[in-house]
Amino acid sequence: MTATPDLTPTPGQTVGPFFGFALPYERGGQLVDQAHPGAVRLYGTVLDGHGDPVPDALLEIWQADEDGNVSTETGSLVRDGWTFTGFGRAAVDNVGRYTFTTVEPGPTREGGARFIHVCVFARGLLDKLHTRVYLPEADQPEGALAHDRLLASLPEAERATLLATRDGQGGLSFDIRLQGEGETVFLDVEER
Amino acid sequence: MEESFDHAHVVTSSDSATSTQNEMTAQIEALHRAYREGVAAGARVEDKPRIDFAPYRSSVLRHPTKDLRHADPETIELTSPAFGTRDVHPLEADLTIQHGGEPIGERMIVTGRVVDGSGRPLAGQLVEIWQANASGRYVHKRDQHPAPLDPNFSGVGRCLTDADGNYSFTTIRPGPYPWKNHHNAWRPAHIHFSLFGTAFTQRLVTQMYFPGDPLFPLDPIYQAIVDEDARRRLVATYDHDVTRHEWCTGYRWDIVLSGRGRTLFENDLGADHDDDHENGDHR
Repeated sequence: MTATPDLTPTPGQTVGPFFGFALPYERGGQLVDQAHPGAVRLYGTVLDGHGDPVPDALLEIWQADEDGNVSTETGSLVRDGWTFTGFGRAAVDNVGRYTFTTVEPGPTREGGARFIHVCVFARGLLDKLHTRVYLPEADQPEGALAHDRLLASLPEAERATLLATRDGQGGLSFDIRLQGEGETVFLDVEER
Repeated sequence: MEESFDHAHVVTSSDSATSTQNEMTAQIEALHRAYREGVAAGARVEDKPRIDFAPYRSSVLRHPTKDLRHADPETIELTSPAFGTRDVHPLEADLTIQHGGEPIGERMIVTGRVVDGSGRPLAGQLVEIWQANASGRYVHKRDQHPAPLDPNFSGVGRCLTDADGNYSFTTIRPGPYPWKNHHNAWRPAHIHFSLFGTAFTQRLVTQMYFPGDPLFPLDPIYQAIVDEDARRRLVATYDHDVTRHEWCTGYRWDIVLSGRGRTLFENDLGADHDDDHENGDHR
């Protein structure tokens, strides 16, 4: 027996089909109230390798506020309607559609790209997946997307999977394709 | 949809319940054998589950086919949402007192320590669990298998880790339950765990199992972790020091989150993590 503790990370497992009574909570997807100035709808559909909606996925987002500050406020689970915690959690509906009400994050560093971090869980998905929702080019600091290391490393078609689309009502549309045509780029963001 | 792999087993549908357990077990064993032969020949040890594991039918169309793309974590990814006593009441850690009476089943304590990859305790972090009741039934409309619901058990708990990274739940030992992956498929008893670290990249959702479960070799979800040592990391140990005299049994399960999980201080927020922009531009 050695005294060295095993510090290999504990493996993940699928969230399974029955998280619905445990993980989602009231107003989990509302990081701000819809009446908040600057409130924006972030929405989309989670799709499988056949292009069919995934009706049992859970998404979490984590983001800076409009000024690029990272919130250290507690209270995500109680949602007082006034405290911006930067965290949101929403299950998709029966047709794979998710919706968050949030604000568009500022850059966390001068000239950095503005994005929302997303973590994806689903029945059938054996481990979590990470990705980023970048705001459209028009809403980025000058040159931010061009200088973003991740985006710059991707072929155009893959890069496009990480950019939200502005809809006619000002909302941000972002579909997540787990597999196949237009498969979303998922990230290994572990520290090296 | 046909998904073929080594040793000539073919999965014909992502939701077919026509395969037998023997066919499924043979598929699992073939994938494991190929993994062990690969490691013996110098391939890397796989600490994580495979996301492409055909014996778990639902994974066939739901796993990305491209490798994960490495991205240097940015400020937001080196931090994590803060949870506190606003979010979680201490009584939420006891799943046996949520209703008017005592739930049926083996009362037990599940406790353990949450640390990061350098062994540092993760204090004040949110831990969420959910599980079936003693008869293997979830309080969920999609779980329709004919086992009784327990009016005194919901199977949902939360807590915050203490200053040393410890969590503790009082609950009922969950039962195994059938599912539709293949004919006569049964999941080993497990408790679902959800964990946060100090960096959002450490986010973990997993399942804790019980020692010696005879269903282990038969379960495509557990066996999607092809490495035996890695699988063992999901199995709690019985701990008589946790067991309480004439009250309940005790299990210990420690959890390691990925990465160094370095603590960010106020003046780190907004600091530059991109080597291309070493201009010290703090807000």
